[in-house]
Amino acid sequence: MNVIRAVIVDDEELARQVVHEMLLPHPEVEVVAECANGFDAVKAVAELNPDLLFLDVQMPKLDGFEVLELIGPDIAVVFLTAYDQYALRAFEVHAVDYLLKPFDATRFDAALGRAKERLGTKMPPPVDLAAAARAPSEYLERIVVRDGPKVDIIPCDRLDYAEAQDDYVLLRSQGKNYLKQETISNLETSLDPAKFVRIHRSYIVNLERIAKIEPYTKDSRVAVLGDGTKLPVSRSGYARLKELLGET
Amino acid sequence: MHPILADPRRLALYLAAWIPLVLLLAGVLASTGDFTWMQAGELTVPMAGVYAFVCLSAWYLCRFLPLKTSALFYLLVTVNAAAAASSAIWAGAIGWAMAAGLGLEAQYLRQRPILFGAGFLLFDLAAAFHYALIAFESSRQAQERAMQASILAREAELRALKAQIDPHFLFNSLHSISALTTSDAAKAREMCVLLSDFLRASLKMGDRERIPLSEELALARSFLAIQQIRFGSRLQLEEAVNDGVTGCLVPPLLLQPLVENAVTHGVATRVDGASIRVEISRAGERVAVRVENTFDKDARRRRGGLGMTNVRKRLEVCYGDAASMEVREIGDRFRVDLRFPAEASGGPAQEGDTK
Repeated sequence: MNVIRAVIVDDEELARQVVHEMLLPHPEVEVVAECANGFDAVKAVAELNPDLLFLDVQMPKLDGFEVLELIGPDIAVVFLTAYDQYALRAFEVHAVDYLLKPFDATRFDAALGRAKERLGTKMPPPVDLAAAARAPSEYLERIVVRDGPKVDIIPCDRLDYAEAQDDYVLLRSQGKNYLKQETISNLETSLDPAKFVRIHRSYIVNLERIAKIEPYTKDSRVAVLGDGTKLPVSRSGYARLKELLGET
Repeated sequence: MHPILADPRRLALYLAAWIPLVLLLAGVLASTGDFTWMQAGELTVPMAGVYAFVCLSAWYLCRFLPLKTSALFYLLVTVNAAAAASSAIWAGAIGWAMAAGLGLEAQYLRQRPILFGAGFLLFDLAAAFHYALIAFESSRQAQERAMQASILAREAELRALKAQIDPHFLFNSLHSISALTTSDAAKAREMCVLLSDFLRASLKMGDRERIPLSEELALARSFLAIQQIRFGSRLQLEEAVNDGVTGCLVPPLLLQPLVENAVTHGVATRVDGASIRVEISRAGERVAVRVENTFDKDARRRRGGLGMTNVRKRLEVCYGDAASMEVREIGDRFRVDLRFPAEASGGPAQEGDTK
């Protein structure tokens, strides 16, 4: 039998200890890392490429759902939490199982069994996961970006603009660029439409950053941001802008 | 039951109000020249005595014809007809019998129209008086009901505000106990006891208006002791409590939600843990409570903060403007300051002076 490589992620040591103990009768599962927060989890997954993740939801820095968004679909995930209100979301992001603390060995074994069945099957790409991980009718408060084992968190109010680049979006925040694997349309739907507007096929801008709008050619305009950056504004983009800014 | 007959004090007042009316009537009769003052008095006083009770019957009429819902014309006709009928019986029959008893038949017959008119007016007056009484009663009842409703609402609100123990705290604690049962049985038992103490104390608080601050502090301490086991070295506790203040009475669950918030907002959001500092001191006539914790500024804002909102509301309900709650972020420290009047358990003034 193949060895299943597992990572335990929980900010409470005692909670990690429970998982350890319940894995004792299952020698086929090897715990390759234990992490106390979301950053460490993303790093461990990038470096160790495990098969199975036991993932707490409430953690410092990154929560369980954000970790899942960043690590991609190839890992079987079992959520561990005391909160039952995330159960639905957990299954929407294709978690293998959802264990409510406290749980017993029978329940844990069942989850492990499901995880074994699931190993090797492909799951949907991470972009869909990200959208599903967000509760409906709720806009992003921050965007998480992974660069190898490194994770950056961009609070949405510090995002200046986003630019489409093939399968990626370039995010501009506080003088730095970040690349995230996501389509610009997808990003548009997850941002608060009262604060961000799609001014162009390839650009979303933070309304607060716009200093002025200048005419460019007969049919198009440019938005000048507070730091002098100029972004193209299409005709339909200008219409959306006017609507948002309440001009007639 | 008749509102005047039911209450001896009201009956006495009602009868007293008749005295000037009787004097007036006697005066009118005496001024006609047919009666001496003495005779007028002898006739009108017993007549009025009977009529005072006859006029009480206006109450049934008033109740039957409520001022607000009855047609005015119908009401005026009915009341005046009743006044005419009762006055006719009074002036015609009762008065005649009394006048005959006094041997004043002739004079009486001459002045009967005056007596009839007086009886008519008196009955109308009584009807007006009863309408006023009914209006007064109903507004008083409405006021009482409104007051009762607001008291009930306040009590319900307080009960709701008090019952705010976070269930996830229980589940997480039980999970910690479950972990300890195999690794450290003694610690598991200690945590069971701490958790029971905490639950027992917080359940007891539900139906109490005020508790000594020392009890509230004990509750917060047992809460923190449980969290200390959960988070281990990630949670550092500091305490600075002026023992002279802990005897003061406070509304229950004032401090506990603050330390709970400090744990969820502070320790649970920081990888390397956080410290929580609880300060209780006296500031003049008031008690000052400060709960401070370090927290991660980049952490996602926790939605709700229900416990904190409840503390603010409870302070408002209990003390109004005399209490204050201030929430501040200073660098990576999150600070909540409460101030409220120091109510000593033995009476408002004592404890304050001994310290």
